[in-house]
Amino acid sequence: MSAIIVENLGKRYEIGHQVHHDTLRDALMHGMRRLLPGARSRPRADREEFWALKDVSFKIEPGEVVGVIGRNGAGKSTLLKVLSRITEPTQGRVTINGRVASLLEVGTGFHPELSGRENIFLNGAILGMSRAEIRRKFDEIVAFAEVERFLDTPVKRYSSGMYVRLAFAVAAHLEPEILIVDEVLAVGDIAFQKRCLGKMQDVARDEGRTVLFVSHNLAAIRQLCNRTILIRQGVIHADGATAPLLNQYLSDGEPPGKTSVPAPDPDQLHRAYVTDVAIETLEGKPLAAIPVGAAWQVRLRVRAVTRQRDFVAAVGYTESDGTPVQTSWHPPLELMPGDHEYVFRQDKVVLSVNTYLMVVGLTSAERDIQQFRFGRIEIMPAETQEYFQTTSGVGHVLNSMTSQYRAL
Amino acid sequence: MNPSPTPVQELVIEPGRAERHYWRDLWRYRELLGFLAWRDVKVRYKQAVLGAAWALIQPVVTTVVFTVIFGQLAKMPDGGIPYPLLVLSGLLPWQLFSAALSGSSGSLVSNGSLISKVYFPRLIVPLSALGVALIDFAIVLALFLGVSLWFGTWPTWHWLALPFFIMLALGAALGAGLWLTALTVKYRDFRFIVPFLLQVGLFVSPVGFRTDYFPSWQPLLALNPLTGIINGFRWCLLGGNQAISVEVMATSVIVVVLLLFTGFRFFRKTERGFADII
Repeated sequence: MSAIIVENLGKRYEIGHQVHHDTLRDALMHGMRRLLPGARSRPRADREEFWALKDVSFKIEPGEVVGVIGRNGAGKSTLLKVLSRITEPTQGRVTINGRVASLLEVGTGFHPELSGRENIFLNGAILGMSRAEIRRKFDEIVAFAEVERFLDTPVKRYSSGMYVRLAFAVAAHLEPEILIVDEVLAVGDIAFQKRCLGKMQDVARDEGRTVLFVSHNLAAIRQLCNRTILIRQGVIHADGATAPLLNQYLSDGEPPGKTSVPAPDPDQLHRAYVTDVAIETLEGKPLAAIPVGAAWQVRLRVRAVTRQRDFVAAVGYTESDGTPVQTSWHPPLELMPGDHEYVFRQDKVVLSVNTYLMVVGLTSAERDIQQFRFGRIEIMPAETQEYFQTTSGVGHVLNSMTSQYRAL
Repeated sequence: MNPSPTPVQELVIEPGRAERHYWRDLWRYRELLGFLAWRDVKVRYKQAVLGAAWALIQPVVTTVVFTVIFGQLAKMPDGGIPYPLLVLSGLLPWQLFSAALSGSSGSLVSNGSLISKVYFPRLIVPLSALGVALIDFAIVLALFLGVSLWFGTWPTWHWLALPFFIMLALGAALGAGLWLTALTVKYRDFRFIVPFLLQVGLFVSPVGFRTDYFPSWQPLLALNPLTGIINGFRWCLLGGNQAISVEVMATSVIVVVLLLFTGFRFFRKTERGFADII
């Protein structure tokens, strides 16, 4: 008997403009306008349909650990929401055999005024644990979160790290037969993230639970899941063994968690601003993730509105906790009004498999103009990495230093 | 941990299917109901420096004001009951009702983050909001008992009927609360309607006066379910000094049942969309 059977699942949203009236007045006005002669014959342009999921079908067997990937807005979260019964499907059918727990957010229902102890009970109950179950696991949860000394402190006084650890600890001690997890690992410090991954691995492998795991963290997907489902625009685009599927996904050039360039501030509109950022191969082909050892570049387009003296464009990336890894500036230039392009090439340093956050910044002679974080830089294990298997070490940078030897 | 040998439960998710397990789920999530109510109580008394005293100040001040306005200035008939006692016995159900109504009507929106992230029968949210109202009520009830003893009025066997009227007050609040909270999810305007409703209600309901001296107004007053509830409370708390009219009582019960029934129906109908629009 399959753990999860999804048949022709569809979820339609009405996106819209007037459809969701935030105030009663809007609703009344809308209603009155519809009563006016002639108004009714007008096509209902305000009712735009949008299928977040369409004809989605798959089966998951007990004990399978399945990853779900796809860019933002592809329908991953909607799928999880339907499976967790938070929202109803518009069509189709899901059959679930077993006790389900879903974890769409870490620390759902945490109340800042309540103490750690109280929040463990509250959060546990919200996630579907019984009081007896929480009491039984209480010590384990506290030990996992490492918050013994602060159990009776209101969580509003916790550091963000402690908060996340406590929240994940409660969730990690759920004992469902089927676990549905949404990108909860994108929080907390690296060490804790690793521990969370380890805990999930235990849950999946050793305890034989069924896990459905949505993430942008492709490394985590590769580590945890033997099967992966790729969703694109509400439709299952691919479903199969993780390794080949991820490689296909990466070569498709669909940026993971692509973040759009922020709209310029009024101030920047009078100076200069970034219009586009792209991560690509040296040939200019967009890259979703960078295979270990491959060269890559960042293409940065800048629009100068007025003349910019000593203009500097910079691109850098940090670890997911914000620790800078590398920053590059282009030497100061004078920019005339118009569009300009910078290319930052990385063909020397080989980075280890990890997810980095990119930072883009512009300054001119007088002042900083614009700085923002832009998406992730995903370094993926490469298909063929014989070279690095023989020479790579441990750390961010995989290239070897040149070494020399002589017998003395 | 030993895996408990629970039988595998099959769960089917289909459009329009949410109804099937509703009551069973409500029962299964009863502990969550308790936890949410406990959270609200805890947070309320944790944040306020004066804590429980806060629950007392409001009825005391209102009682003094109403005693002066209705008892001293307007010289409404008191039927031999000390006026403060008359006011306090009316204020008791009124405050229970108004606290329960404002709590439950705002409950879905204030728990929006839960609703969009976790499944549970949504009815639990407005239900749990009744908990705080009950705790405040218990405190004021103790105050009433003290004042009543001070005036030399001892509890009679009529007190035994009090739970029925408490349920009736909660029922009225929940019925209206279900309507309002479901509407507030979609139309945030309804948030402003509640304080207005409560402000008017305080004067339309016989909190500061008794109804048995205005027989011609009785049928109209009875349409407000609070009239029956307040009269019932006075009958319970003030011994034999308050008559209870069967017609008024029956009207109240009917109105409350209607409110509850329609409120529940409307809530259930709109419930499945909450997570999408909240």
